[in-house]
Amino acid sequence: MNIYVLLKKTFDTEEKIAVSNGHIEEDGAEFIINPYDEYAVEEAIKQRDEHGGEVTVVTIGDEDSEKQLRTALAMGADKAVLINTEDDLEEGDQFTTAKILEAFFDGKDADLILAGNVAIDEASGQVGPRLAERLGIPYVTTITSLTIDGEKIFLDKDVEGDVEKVEASLPILVTCQQGLNEPRYPSLPGIMKAKKKPLEELEIDDLDLDEDDLAPKTKTLDIFLPAEKEAGRVLEGDIGDQVKELVSLLKNEAKVL
Amino acid sequence: MSETKEKLFKGGAFLVEDLSGDDVITPEDFTDEHKMIAKTTEDFVVGEVLPLVDKLENHEFEHSVDLLKKAGELGLLGADVPEEYDGLGLDKISSSLITEKFARAGGFSITHGAHVGIGSLPIVFFGDEAQKKKYLPKLATGELIAAYALTEPGSGSDALGAKATAKLNDAGTHYLLNGEKQWITNSAFADVFIVYAKIDGEHFSAFIVERDFPGVSTGPEEKKMGIKSSSTRTLVLEDAEVPVENLLGEKGKGHKIAFNILNVGRYKLAIGGVGGAKRGLELAVKYVNERKQFGTAISSFRLTQEKLATMAASIYANESAVYRTVGLFEQRMGALTDEQLKDGREIAKAIAEYQIECSMNKYMATECLDFVADEAVQLHGGYGFMQEYEVERMYRDSRINRIFEGTNEINRLLVPGTLLKKAMKGELPLLQKAQGLQEELMMMMPEEVGTEPLEQEKYLLRHAKKIVLLGAGLAAQKYMQKLEQEQEILANLADMAAEVYNMESAVLRTEKAISASGLEKNNQKLLYTEVYVQEAFNRIEAAAKEILIAVEAGDNLRMMLSSLRKLTRHTPINVIAKKREIAKAIISEEKYIV
Repeated sequence: MNIYVLLKKTFDTEEKIAVSNGHIEEDGAEFIINPYDEYAVEEAIKQRDEHGGEVTVVTIGDEDSEKQLRTALAMGADKAVLINTEDDLEEGDQFTTAKILEAFFDGKDADLILAGNVAIDEASGQVGPRLAERLGIPYVTTITSLTIDGEKIFLDKDVEGDVEKVEASLPILVTCQQGLNEPRYPSLPGIMKAKKKPLEELEIDDLDLDEDDLAPKTKTLDIFLPAEKEAGRVLEGDIGDQVKELVSLLKNEAKVL
Repeated sequence: MSETKEKLFKGGAFLVEDLSGDDVITPEDFTDEHKMIAKTTEDFVVGEVLPLVDKLENHEFEHSVDLLKKAGELGLLGADVPEEYDGLGLDKISSSLITEKFARAGGFSITHGAHVGIGSLPIVFFGDEAQKKKYLPKLATGELIAAYALTEPGSGSDALGAKATAKLNDAGTHYLLNGEKQWITNSAFADVFIVYAKIDGEHFSAFIVERDFPGVSTGPEEKKMGIKSSSTRTLVLEDAEVPVENLLGEKGKGHKIAFNILNVGRYKLAIGGVGGAKRGLELAVKYVNERKQFGTAISSFRLTQEKLATMAASIYANESAVYRTVGLFEQRMGALTDEQLKDGREIAKAIAEYQIECSMNKYMATECLDFVADEAVQLHGGYGFMQEYEVERMYRDSRINRIFEGTNEINRLLVPGTLLKKAMKGELPLLQKAQGLQEELMMMMPEEVGTEPLEQEKYLLRHAKKIVLLGAGLAAQKYMQKLEQEQEILANLADMAAEVYNMESAVLRTEKAISASGLEKNNQKLLYTEVYVQEAFNRIEAAAKEILIAVEAGDNLRMMLSSLRKLTRHTPINVIAKKREIAKAIISEEKYIV
């Protein structure tokens, strides 16, 4: 079985975000595999171990993305592909990403493509579905369980806390939700082996694309941090007065009523 | 690393050689694999160990055994075990990073360290083929857990004074061991103990003793001040039957194993100290950013900032020094042939070479940890005294580090003692340098120190080395063979030498980093170095003065003091301003950063 994982590097969840001149400062920041993509890597490895085949991890990024790919290889993926757009693309959006991936998957015989439900940075959740659409294969988002039986695939899909049971057939693209599995730690033997596993680097040229094909369809107007949370207030007095004061504050000060 | 392999530094040579950044291994040299190994370890500690800390502190040791097995599955027990015995045979930086990242687990890091370090290494380094084949694969996975039994109720630092005995039985098949070994880490669940006993009450030797051998038992669990997550009991040997093939190394050569394993144990403790101190600083800075008094976060107070900066500068210097020693080991072990690596004597020689560095790292880094833990509690105020806060445990856990693996006092005494021995044997040109110094001082003219980055620090470093030579030369000349009894002077010399090693390690690391990636990216490193070097130099000056005053009197004293003044002449930097700058970055990042 040919299993592919779409992977993105994101800021470490511990990292503090600083914005300057409308850009998020990346200098010195630690990056990790997008946590939802980790579920995808883990699931891919589990399915391969059960059904055989090969796991290929694909990312679009820059030279530094190799680190996250190596981590996925250390977890147990077999091959990695870095589509390096650092020198070719100034900007991009979900359209750009889906378009590049479409070109990448052209001629590939993918049985199962796994992606994260969302990336924790921009959280669009679009790349997976858009890619499936372009490839003309079915997709199911936010899955929490995956079982393959021959050509059939059985999925649990998280629907705002409820579960939808879905039966579909391969090839398919799924996006992974928390609860699907517990991603393994890359073991030390895994880390040492990862050094020797193949990591292919491509540029958009190699995919017969040029910058114009990939111009984003959206424009980012501004990037800003949420307003800092202010200290709360504790109302005092008897309950009746407190309720009255609260209602008046909500009406006049917060203006939410 | 291949170019550096050719240049092997002698232990203690830092006092007489001038080095450049390229001569040392620094944390900036870590590879992506090193960082991944560190991350796996950290994730394992945070994800698997910390959730069980309360249970471990409560002596529910079944979890310790489970956790060690899980660690084994990830390869976290096999870094120092060669591949041919199912380990990973990783380099010393990898195994050091594992140690550093385990430190956060408190008592469990001692459980882990005792197993992979002093428990397993005696077999790795000194076991014969059959012993290695039998034990190492299982030690690497955690199927067997190891412990180290050297200390006895009556012999701690004086290890060779052990009373435990071994006697060959009449059939010549087994040694019968008798005695009591005290404070044995992992003793509640260890399967294999490295035990030292004197054959026929005379020949100090090491044995591999299995828990299931007849006559082996353990006493009740000790009630300790800290590291409660680790098991500590007495190992009781009553005609314990140990097969002759379990004699480790040669009969009567147990001290070679004991002392060399202690050396390794010492630098590993130092690495753990650095790891723990980093965590302490992180806890402290997170707290002071959150805690508000007088309407403002207490991190905005200058005195809070001073504490954070002093902690961070000390961590930087110790981190630089400890990994420099790791690099020395890596280079020396890396230069051994496969054949030599199988020969315990060659290994012992390689380890023994750096006993000075190991001892210095041990007392400096464990005291850095203790200082950081203490200040972290202080910055927490009353909350730091409450058990709900991690610093409370860290404060208690930290204390033992200054005691075990050779007290810091014993380690201090070892440093000048070993240096002088090396000088006498002609391995280090210490005496020649000290003699040359006298003449040099006569001629010495005040030097104009430039203002380029690190210039003042290098100047202070050069002079600090001379001050150590001045003090050591004077003391050696005055007391000769009786210097051993002047323990206060020896301790001062040990402090001075270790400060020099830390200063130089920080300077070289910063120099290397700046030449690799420029000044702007390494400003924090430069600040740490400037502050640490200035303050260490002040301490060296004070310690040297004390030595001169104790040794000389009258005109001689005045002459010596004037020599010291020549060597200490400089315009000090404004450490208060520098520390404010250091603190700013730490407060913003909420952790130790370089």
